Amino acid sequence: MCYNIKCFIKFEKIYVVKVLVCINSVPDTTSKINFTDNKEYDSTNIQFVINPNDEFGLTRAIWLKEKQNATVDVINVGQSQSDKLLKKCLAIGADNAYRVNIEAINGEMVADEIINFIKSKNHYDLIIAGRESIDYNGGMVAGFIASKLNFPFVTNCVGLKIENNIAYLTREIDGGRENIKCNLPIVVGSQKGLVEESDLKIPNMRGIMLASKKEIKVLGPSKYVSSSKIIRFEKPSEKKEIKMISPDNLDELIDILHNKVKVI
Amino acid sequence: MSVLVFIETENSLLKKNFSQIASYGVALSKKLGVKCIAIAFNTDDCEKLSEYGITEFTVFNSGHKFFDCLNYVNIICNFLLENHCKILVTSSSADSKYIGPLIANKWDGHYAPNVVEIPSTDKNFVVKQSCYTNKAFSYTEIYKERIVIGVSNNSFMPVKEKSDCKVKFENLKDRIKTIEVLSVDKFTGRKTIADADIVVSGGRGLKGPENWYLIEDLAEVLGAATACSKPISDMGWRTHDEHVGQTGKPVSSKLYIAIGISGAIQHVAGIAKSKVKVVINNDPEAPFFKSADFGIVGDAFDVVPKLIQKLNEFKSSS
Repeated sequence: MCYNIKCFIKFEKIYVVKVLVCINSVPDTTSKINFTDNKEYDSTNIQFVINPNDEFGLTRAIWLKEKQNATVDVINVGQSQSDKLLKKCLAIGADNAYRVNIEAINGEMVADEIINFIKSKNHYDLIIAGRESIDYNGGMVAGFIASKLNFPFVTNCVGLKIENNIAYLTREIDGGRENIKCNLPIVVGSQKGLVEESDLKIPNMRGIMLASKKEIKVLGPSKYVSSSKIIRFEKPSEKKEIKMISPDNLDELIDILHNKVKVI
Repeated sequence: MSVLVFIETENSLLKKNFSQIASYGVALSKKLGVKCIAIAFNTDDCEKLSEYGITEFTVFNSGHKFFDCLNYVNIICNFLLENHCKILVTSSSADSKYIGPLIANKWDGHYAPNVVEIPSTDKNFVVKQSCYTNKAFSYTEIYKERIVIGVSNNSFMPVKEKSDCKVKFENLKDRIKTIEVLSVDKFTGRKTIADADIVVSGGRGLKGPENWYLIEDLAEVLGAATACSKPISDMGWRTHDEHVGQTGKPVSSKLYIAIGISGAIQHVAGIAKSKVKVVINNDPEAPFFKSADFGIVGDAFDVVPKLIQKLNEFKSSS
């Protein structure tokens, strides 16, 4: 009897939500930024990582898999150096990893490639991409995907639950939070707060072993024509010298802030 | 043809950044030899725009007090088409970055966020954008006819210019309710980092959450918002919404005071847009001193109370 009730409760809780997480490869946040002839990003000695905002989304997706049986696929638009990051996604629990084999030039192009992929698959209920990448800070991918698929879009997302095909979301706004309800399918822009930094998944041995047996499915790119092109980069001008003030002379600081730079 | 400026509002008032965005739109429209018009939602605060050179201002009443993403997108797209606009100017706030790509796609335009200057239009349309979280700038050529520009905070100063501004009110019919905002929790009595002129920020040098009264007291004297470095929010000493830096909130205040923050590259990048940076740290080797404008080597527990006292004296004397 007891067993039967358990069975029933368990059955009630199963919703198979299909999740796709878009993974961008970005220079590690500690990287110094340099360019070759101000034309190209200089990736010498740079370590690439999963874009932090994407990783918060991925961790939440894995949570949905563990708690609610969701399936989680990941996709990257980029070249073979991204495979290492996709393997990490598999090792922390993603079911399938896909890569569209072309250099990512801008957000709209990445969104177009991902939409092509989504259309070739049957359907996703939940598509997650970071609120912005930490390289170009464009914040375009999630919005463009949503708009082109005509799915609702909620970004700056710091809370996400799914019950009976309805998403309950929390969006961070200036000075507060918005609580939102929206039917699936939906596109979500993830960020820090969606999961705690300490809850970010680190691959364990078993995950790494399982991932090593899985294949990354490499797809051909579409014929995208870009509507923009970066023609050059520039680094900010060197900073002038700092002025040190003695802790015993705080009047000087107040005087400077008030009379000289006029900020108080 | 014209340039359209999207003005954000809150509680029926124009948000503080309106003058920067309006001035940017007016400057760009002059360069292109067209007029500059503006659109906003749910406000009766219509006088101010005539001080910044806007000639037409249309206010839509959405009948809904919260930021209403999909309806705003639809209204702005229709408005852009009806008025034969070529350029939409928005800010780089969280809300503008939310609707920017949606409008760009629906209107078949290019979205250029984080723009720091008036574009050059000599041969092609070229925008200068900040990238790598303020560690660099990029120059991008845009080939589309229609462009949504997100102006980076504090990169364009307001220019006063009287104009005769016609104001028009419209009502939204048939609201789409796909995304339903159930409620909004606002932090009351707190200045927000996005709006504050002054931000006071604390790091690990403060030793524990119980010492945050130093940051809060200093912020109160200055009328500032409080913020913190990444480890502080990771350890749960303060909530996430106070975390500033590359993966946290960007800061573009007039004055940024960092107390007990060593100045990791991610933190420094996130606050780089602030005009004046003051660093208080007991370690003279702290990397933050390399990028700050003013520095004090000293113990926060000693310097901050003294600074609060001095500021109180300064306030009562001025």
